[in-house]
Amino acid sequence: MSSWAIIQQSLPLFQKGFFITLKLATLGILGAIVVGIICSLIQYFHLPLLNPLVTIYTEIARNTPLLIQLFFLYYAFPQLGLRLTASQCGVVGLIFLGGSYMAAGFTGGFDGISPSQLEAGQAIGLSRWQLAHYVVLPQGLALSVPALAANIIFLIKETSIFTVIAIPELTNTALDLIGMYYHTNEYLLVLVVAYALILIPLSIILTYLERRVRYGAFGN
Amino acid sequence: MSTPLLHVSHLEKYYQKAHILHDVNFELNTGEVLTLLGPSGSGKSTLLRCLNGLEAYQQGAITFDGQAVTQKPKQWQQLRQQIGMVFQSYDLFPNRNVLENILLGPLKVQKRPRAAVLPEIQQLLKKVGMADYADAYPRQLSGGQKQRIAIVRALALKPKLMLFDEVTASLDPEMVRDVLNIIRQLAASHAMTMLVVTHEMDFAKQISDQVLFLADGQILEQTPGTQFFEQPQTERAQNFLASMDF
Repeated sequence: MSSWAIIQQSLPLFQKGFFITLKLATLGILGAIVVGIICSLIQYFHLPLLNPLVTIYTEIARNTPLLIQLFFLYYAFPQLGLRLTASQCGVVGLIFLGGSYMAAGFTGGFDGISPSQLEAGQAIGLSRWQLAHYVVLPQGLALSVPALAANIIFLIKETSIFTVIAIPELTNTALDLIGMYYHTNEYLLVLVVAYALILIPLSIILTYLERRVRYGAFGN
Repeated sequence: MSTPLLHVSHLEKYYQKAHILHDVNFELNTGEVLTLLGPSGSGKSTLLRCLNGLEAYQQGAITFDGQAVTQKPKQWQQLRQQIGMVFQSYDLFPNRNVLENILLGPLKVQKRPRAAVLPEIQQLLKKVGMADYADAYPRQLSGGQKQRIAIVRALALKPKLMLFDEVTASLDPEMVRDVLNIIRQLAASHAMTMLVVTHEMDFAKQISDQVLFLADGQILEQTPGTQFFEQPQTERAQNFLASMDF
């Protein structure tokens, strides 16, 4: 059988894996962005009680491998009475890890806002939450777009670890096929192309977004 | 005699151990213009910032419009609607256009209806010569134009007191004149009560009803009107004035 035929035969399976990767990554990233924004605002405004909790969470999430986090969710949580499907574990794991990275990225953006902007907002009588709404969030999010872009791409690549809890995403599909048919080169080629199909257009879109936001917010 | 709009007594301010303001006392009546002069690092800006809560003070009392200042965030938030401030760095919000910059205070803080606020804003924009720039973004404006908008943004809240913190210090000479003229006009035709920190001596001489000369966080001279410029009492003030271009 020619390499081309091998590849063609595998495509339906890879197609399935492609969409699973895309779906889980999208859910995980959206969740991570929400968690990240909430955590970074808590840290920015030093909210009592919540602030130390956020610190503990981000330290744990950032300093343990996703692999171990997934093992916990998949193998340890059921013993505590919380049973999630493999896909749910994947998404929750990605949100847990990604939320901490997103929080760090947004915090960097918020810290980049000039203090005098905040004073200008205070001087017209904005309350703390109005300041967050009208000054900190729009400017801070614009400043954190480069970090956001890097995190999105990082998290999409992290989905390959879902293999260890048997989610049939792209990497798992490739490893399964290699294990069954030993056409290592062909399947790895398809795998690389599939990731590139997601990541390269995304990179281009994110770079464009970075430029637009920078121009929109700061005019250069 | 009527009660002053602003009364500051025995104000003391420290940054850790550094003593920034020593026993500052003064009063400001409605419609008066007070100018704060002094070498850099003398505490002029810090004093101004204490008056709208951007800096905390450790001792002393401020009374504004009959109300004792408690330094609680909630009260400052209320008072800031009556005490406008304009900064050296303009600090318009870059993501909002001119009109949105100005409307933020009246609409979101004071919750006034847009239809009532808009004509006032258009009037103010016209007065500062910026009527055609309502849709412009700050990045499209020159420094002088930005500063004029910043003044309108503060005036839009209808404050009883305006604080000007070296508002022309980062402007080109010709733009300085435009901005100073607006402040002059505000004093003359609107009888706006103002506290002005400036290094523009001619301007200070024309506009001041009262001058405070600060050095090392202390008021060294406190004189009405032009007296400070003609007969400075202390050596510090004489040296300061000698070093200034008129």
